[in-house]
Amino acid sequence: MSVPRWVYVPAAAGALFIVLPLVAMAARVEWSQFFSLIGSDSSRAALWLSLRTSAASTVLCVVLGVPMALVLARTTFRGQGALRSLVLLPLVLPPVVGGIALLYTFGRKGLLGETLDVLGWQIAFSTTAVVIAQTFVSLPFLVVSLEGSLRTAGQQYEVVAATLGARPTTVLRRVTLPLVLPGLAAGAVLSFARALGEFGATITFAGSLEGVTRTLPLEIYLQRETDPDAAVALSLLLVVVAVLVIGLVRGTRSSAL
Amino acid sequence: MNRLVATVAAGLLLSTVAACSSDAGGSSDDARAADKPRSVTVFAAASLKTSFEQMKPKFEAANPGTTVTFNFAGSSDLVAQIQQGAPADVFASADTKNMDKAAADDLVEGTPANFATNTLEIVTPPGNPGQVDSIDDLAGSDLQVVLCAPEVPCGAAAESVEKAAGIDIKPASEEQSVTDVLNKVATGEADAGLVYVTDVKAAGDSVVGVTFPESADVVNTYPIAALSGSKNVELAQAFADFVTGTEGQAILEAAGFAKP
Amino acid sequence: MTLHLDVVVATRDVRATLDLGDGETVAILGPNGSGKSTLLATIAGIVRPDTGSATLDGTTLFDTASGTWRPPHDRGTALLAQDPLLFPHLTVLDNVAFGPRSARIARSEAHVIARRWLDEVDAGDLAGRKPSQLSGGQAQRVAIARALAADPHLLLLDEPMAALDVTVVPAMRQVLKRVLAGRSAVIVTHDVLDALLLADRVVVMEAGRVVEQGPTKDVLARPRSSFGAGIAGLNLARGQVESGTVRTRSGLVVAGLHHDATVPDGQQAVAVFSPSAVSVHREQPGGSPRNVFATTVRELEPRGSQVRVQTDELSADVTAPVVAELDLMPGTPVFLAVKASEVSIYSA
Repeated sequence: MSVPRWVYVPAAAGALFIVLPLVAMAARVEWSQFFSLIGSDSSRAALWLSLRTSAASTVLCVVLGVPMALVLARTTFRGQGALRSLVLLPLVLPPVVGGIALLYTFGRKGLLGETLDVLGWQIAFSTTAVVIAQTFVSLPFLVVSLEGSLRTAGQQYEVVAATLGARPTTVLRRVTLPLVLPGLAAGAVLSFARALGEFGATITFAGSLEGVTRTLPLEIYLQRETDPDAAVALSLLLVVVAVLVIGLVRGTRSSAL
Repeated sequence: MNRLVATVAAGLLLSTVAACSSDAGGSSDDARAADKPRSVTVFAAASLKTSFEQMKPKFEAANPGTTVTFNFAGSSDLVAQIQQGAPADVFASADTKNMDKAAADDLVEGTPANFATNTLEIVTPPGNPGQVDSIDDLAGSDLQVVLCAPEVPCGAAAESVEKAAGIDIKPASEEQSVTDVLNKVATGEADAGLVYVTDVKAAGDSVVGVTFPESADVVNTYPIAALSGSKNVELAQAFADFVTGTEGQAILEAAGFAKP
Repeated sequence: MTLHLDVVVATRDVRATLDLGDGETVAILGPNGSGKSTLLATIAGIVRPDTGSATLDGTTLFDTASGTWRPPHDRGTALLAQDPLLFPHLTVLDNVAFGPRSARIARSEAHVIARRWLDEVDAGDLAGRKPSQLSGGQAQRVAIARALAADPHLLLLDEPMAALDVTVVPAMRQVLKRVLAGRSAVIVTHDVLDALLLADRVVVMEAGRVVEQGPTKDVLARPRSSFGAGIAGLNLARGQVESGTVRTRSGLVVAGLHHDATVPDGQQAVAVFSPSAVSVHREQPGGSPRNVFATTVRELEPRGSQVRVQTDELSADVTAPVVAELDLMPGTPVFLAVKASEVSIYSA
């Protein structure tokens, strides 16, 4: 398809709109101190915590999101449309609202929190809370991405597999999931990236303590108070990590196909 | 045809950008047009919100034709905005450190005046389930205590109080702001926190305050000053004077602030 | 292996029964949308019939009366469609080994089985390839091997050669003929040659109903449905017998020979004759032919060295020089003539 030439103008403006702020930020970095700024104990702790919690929430997203996408894409039942809209809610909800909702669910005085408290599992102010907050906001990314892939892939291969004698679980494992692997990978990356950037729900629900709940975005926000240079350097670090993750997955995907 | 559309699209885009950017500049253009603008923009620490909003109608009544606009945020954010050229006439900081920053950049007109002080108070959920009655109780290991992070003023104050009391609190969380601490306590997530006396008062029934003698060792002083970038320095100074005057002081006192 | 099927699929207006004997291959013929594929899909368990039942070797595949439903993977009915649908992420060998592996056969043994079936369809050298590296014909041969490797009780083939290049169809037909010999299978096709070469019996469907069935040679030689005649390339006139001739509703009167038994006057009958027995004239012909029909040319369709002249109801096969000589084109008024000795009349 040939694109009308005028389309390039708003397209370029859009690209500039995204890239320019990143360039502007990179330009403000004190390069001479860059590595000492991002190498401080608190920065390293925040980065390490962010990577760990984002990885954990991505795993959780896959474990919960794949079955959700399957149910949404491969079955029909009453109220499915409403359910889909509800599942997508965290996409459009301000993360702070998500954080408040989680607080009233898993908090000490929350819906489930009191029961969990009795069982000796305190979620508030723990790394678990960070993972819960990140999973809450990033789960829809995986579900949406995977449901789209499942619908695009269609069911014809699954039908053939069934007539060849494969049980539903075998079909899922050997046919469906391998076929939608690119979509699953894309969804997982989106979820990871979203989890990495998660701020509002975390600060509302999990609190902020170095090494326990203070992820990189929280650290950046805090550093702004006293050390704007460190905040800028950490912001750039976050951008680099995000770009690396996206690039890594694109690379492995293109070589796999 | 294509070229025409491209031109129109580009024109629209540029005019949109121009419109967006002129929004911010609009008020200053108007200000330049008028000889002496009768509006004053006050950048004030978030903890002053309730008090200053009560002062607004009184100041406007005392100076007919005047409009007061507020921008409430953390003091360090406000200094950063003023440094970037934000159109502010008055700066009221929650600490002297941030006012000093503004003064060091020659942004302040004259000498800042200290108009209020604030001290810390222990805050607990209603009913005080953790039975906290002294600052020493916060160092107990089985209580969930939240503080402000040392990077923000209320956290720095909390750190000083710990030092003065000779204790070491192990917080469950170091929050970004007073509001975050209050929320965690009000919802019962935390058993206790340290915030300013005025914050406890403003939070009403949702929390209970516990005073402690060591708080007197750490007093936070609020300075106010007209800014040199103001288009109407006299009016800006008038607002600062109103805050340090009788009426302003009465409102601040009612909110829990002490006199400097 | 025996199959008995009796289904109603209301949404697609399909009502049909089908029986299959042990080792028998049945071809289902019929125009597009006649319900052939739907019938196959109910056997495979892909489409749920509204009412009906099916038993395969005494095992109930489904029975709406008792609410029995055996899922597709538990039926032993492998389905081969137009599109080979090889799993794109698996090698050819793993595709063919898929059925055995699903039956919990160990990987190495499954590979042995897969290789045997690949050899059977002359595709042994393709084992290591990915489906994207195969031609259409190669892929369909692999798909056949994959279906057979699953060791189905009943093989279902849904127009298996429809998507193939015409040049590879004859070879594919030979492969199918070899693997279908003595095997129970249902093949949906629109190609009469498939029916002739691969099937023992033919079932003709039209508009969701079985309109005719019987041994392949009988149906092709004496079609009783217009589709049966059409696919056999025969002219068919259906009507009432009057003084030994067949008078159609449109007014054609066709004389012919009563083969099996003389059909009495007043009964329904079909008159069948080959287009090659029909001659085309611009003027009304004299002489012996008792059957002359005034009609108009609607379409000219080249068929090898011949040209099929399609008229309002009947068709004639003539040579290209005849077409030129008579200056035939759509719209030309012509007379068709056919000797009564070339026409067969059956009761319908």
